Amino acid sequence: MNSGTNLPTSAQQASSSHAAALRTESVSHATREHDVMLRAQGLHKTFRLHAQGGAAIPALDGVDLTVRRGECVALVGPSGSGKSTLLRCLYGNYLVGEGRIEIRHDDGHAARWVDLTTASAREVLSVRRTTLGYVSQFLRVIPRVSTLDIVAEPLRRLGYDDGDAAGRARDLLDRLNIPERLWSLAPATFSGGEQQRINIARGLIAAAPVLLLDEPTASLDAQNRAVVAQLIAEARAAGSAIVGIFHDEATRDEVASRTLAMRPVLRPAH
Amino acid sequence: MSDATDQLHTSRDAAQTPSPSSAASVATVEGYNFAFLDEQTKRMIRRSLLKAVAIPGYQVPFGSREMPLPYGWGTGGIQVSAAVIGADDTLKVIDQGADDTTNAVNIRRFFARTAGVATTTKTSEATVIQTRHRIPEAALHEGQIMVYQVPMPEPLFRLEPRIAESRKLHALGEYGLMRVRLYEDIVRHGAIATTYDYPVIVNGRYLTSPSPIPKFDNPKLHMNPALQLFGAGRERRLYAIPPYTPVESLDFDDHPFEIQKWDAHCALCGATDSFLDEVITDDAGTRMHVCSDSDYCGSRTAAKELA
Amino acid sequence: MNALPNSRSNAALRAEPPMDEPLLRVAGLGKHYGDRIGCADVTFDLWPGEVVCVVGESGSGKSTLLNALALRHDIDAGTLHYRGTDGTLHNLSTLDEAHKRRLLRTEWGFVEQNPRDGLRMNVSAGGNIGDRLMAVGARHFGDIRSKARHWMAQVELDPARVDEMPGAFSGGMQQRLQIARNLVTEPRLVFMDEPTAGLDVSVQARLLDLLRSLVERLHLAAIIVTHDIGVARLIAHRLIVMQAGRVVEAGLTDQVLDDPQHPYTQLLVSSVLPV
Repeated sequence: MNSGTNLPTSAQQASSSHAAALRTESVSHATREHDVMLRAQGLHKTFRLHAQGGAAIPALDGVDLTVRRGECVALVGPSGSGKSTLLRCLYGNYLVGEGRIEIRHDDGHAARWVDLTTASAREVLSVRRTTLGYVSQFLRVIPRVSTLDIVAEPLRRLGYDDGDAAGRARDLLDRLNIPERLWSLAPATFSGGEQQRINIARGLIAAAPVLLLDEPTASLDAQNRAVVAQLIAEARAAGSAIVGIFHDEATRDEVASRTLAMRPVLRPAH
Repeated sequence: MSDATDQLHTSRDAAQTPSPSSAASVATVEGYNFAFLDEQTKRMIRRSLLKAVAIPGYQVPFGSREMPLPYGWGTGGIQVSAAVIGADDTLKVIDQGADDTTNAVNIRRFFARTAGVATTTKTSEATVIQTRHRIPEAALHEGQIMVYQVPMPEPLFRLEPRIAESRKLHALGEYGLMRVRLYEDIVRHGAIATTYDYPVIVNGRYLTSPSPIPKFDNPKLHMNPALQLFGAGRERRLYAIPPYTPVESLDFDDHPFEIQKWDAHCALCGATDSFLDEVITDDAGTRMHVCSDSDYCGSRTAAKELA
Repeated sequence: MNALPNSRSNAALRAEPPMDEPLLRVAGLGKHYGDRIGCADVTFDLWPGEVVCVVGESGSGKSTLLNALALRHDIDAGTLHYRGTDGTLHNLSTLDEAHKRRLLRTEWGFVEQNPRDGLRMNVSAGGNIGDRLMAVGARHFGDIRSKARHWMAQVELDPARVDEMPGAFSGGMQQRLQIARNLVTEPRLVFMDEPTAGLDVSVQARLLDLLRSLVERLHLAAIIVTHDIGVARLIAHRLIVMQAGRVVEAGLTDQVLDDPQHPYTQLLVSSVLPV
């Protein structure tokens, strides 16, 4: 059974006042319930592969997770421990077998709790549009859409005018060291690292209140990893609640305020 | 016998104006009912005509009979005339505007012999006027009946060959198809290319074929004091435009309906306001323009000579 | 709300669509051919601006469903309701012929799989696009033609070709012409039957991208039948999977494709050839 822990990582324990300040911050946050942005309780998931004779592959066995504004929870554990699966469940991309996933969602009229496990497709899309962001490991390339438009699109969807959206997109692409000559091209032919940075730009540009990051620094060099870490820090400072998978420990130590340890489910779920 | 029609000559000599024949001077052929059709048939046609008059522009089916002439020669018009003509009527028949062409002469003789009615070439004196392809230039008055010979009563038939579908279009008043056709004309020719059988909307409701009259005559359909009846024998349909009914020729706001104009005038009577036929007079290709309406032309020529 | 100070709160934060009601309500819809099921027990709602893809293989009933929804077939079971522009809910089974035809010409559109079925091949491109306008009473030639040119540009056809016949265009262009013909009356709901089938791959991509942007910009609702999952992935908000006339799975597109539950869905997804 995998469970959540609120203990900071060893690296943070051993480090500076920065970490200590973060810890203090997270403790004082814990006392403020209205800062809770995401609350997942009792998540169970088993994949059933009908092509393999109905084989049941358990992935999550009772995960609880609560994330507040300004927090960044790093999911840690070996491969196969369900980290990506959990993230996808939190985004509504995977279904859970049991449990609840509540997101504090402000749809422009009022703030309310939406349970992704019971919400309609339309509601989930609404939550994703304004509240819940997801940066996957791979950039899904839409043919013919330029890099600039890919990055600017989330802002346009929110109602920003084209000029503003494009301007912010340019800033972000600049920070992520994407050369200007690539901005008008569709990213299908770019390198993995370039695509990843565009993915990140698209995922972070709208500063979603809840952010899910799946290996955002994979295939990035040290310089760009630093940029991404900085962006994450800025998002936290602006109040986003973040859940992330960081393969690279240095980045994880830098950005995470706490971790959630996960282990593969050993026995098939009943 | 002195069949009045035999006295009509084909020249436009104004000195011999053909006189109308009186009913008494005509001997009717024996063995035929008045106006050829039996009374039941005439009643059936009149019932259909009543329905047609009640729904201006709507095509009413009728039991078209075998007539002693083939389809395409005016059987529909003849049946309608036969149904409405009475012993006191005076009949005028024109074909392409002229009283003296073969078809007009034959149809007029047909009624003279089977109904013994008086006939005339003067538009103003006729009570029933049967026509193919023209409306007389002289204005009609209340009490007159115009009977049009119609080959194809369905204005949509080239655009929508399916009968069930075209009936639906009429029923729902969906005439966009015809407008598309006119749009295409303008695209291809810069103007609407239809010059005869120009589609009209009758009483603001039904799309109707005015029969193959030149578009020059379309304005005459509108608010006409006479009763206008249309008969199509082969297609077994008849329709009507009651007196004083609005009739609008289809067009676009920026390509309004226009009638034909000539640079010439009639070589015989000098008219500039009538529909002119172009006649080639010799092998060298010499042309002259003359009024298509023989009565109109003849009257004007006679008036000039008297003056 | 947290995040960026000025821009976000000042931006016209597009809240939920003004109409908080479904555009189309389908309940227990069924169509039979004698003993054979065309489609059965189909229930879903369609909201304004929402794109739903119906996927399935041949014989799945997806085309039957589409034709039933578009009122081309009478249904044998269930109900079908449509919310008109005035907000009233119309029972489509009891709608009279005149209203049906008007609906299909104005507020609805239908893009046929083969563009030749959805175009008048003997009428110019401009005439095809202007057709619906003329059907509802447009009377100014110049206006109609310039509107046609405008819509040709919207679907990335050269407006200078407005007077050419459809036969002069390639298949992909004819399909775009058909789309323009449907969109000219600014419909709220568009049905599409395999809109990209039969087109070259690069042409498909272009067309899908065009559809995607049109749907967003014009806030169109669409029901698209396709056997190609890639199409669904690209433009659908929701996915309905059909097999043997019944709905076996339905939900968010990415969820159904990434975490398929039903054996048939899993089969479909795993059958896609990798690029």
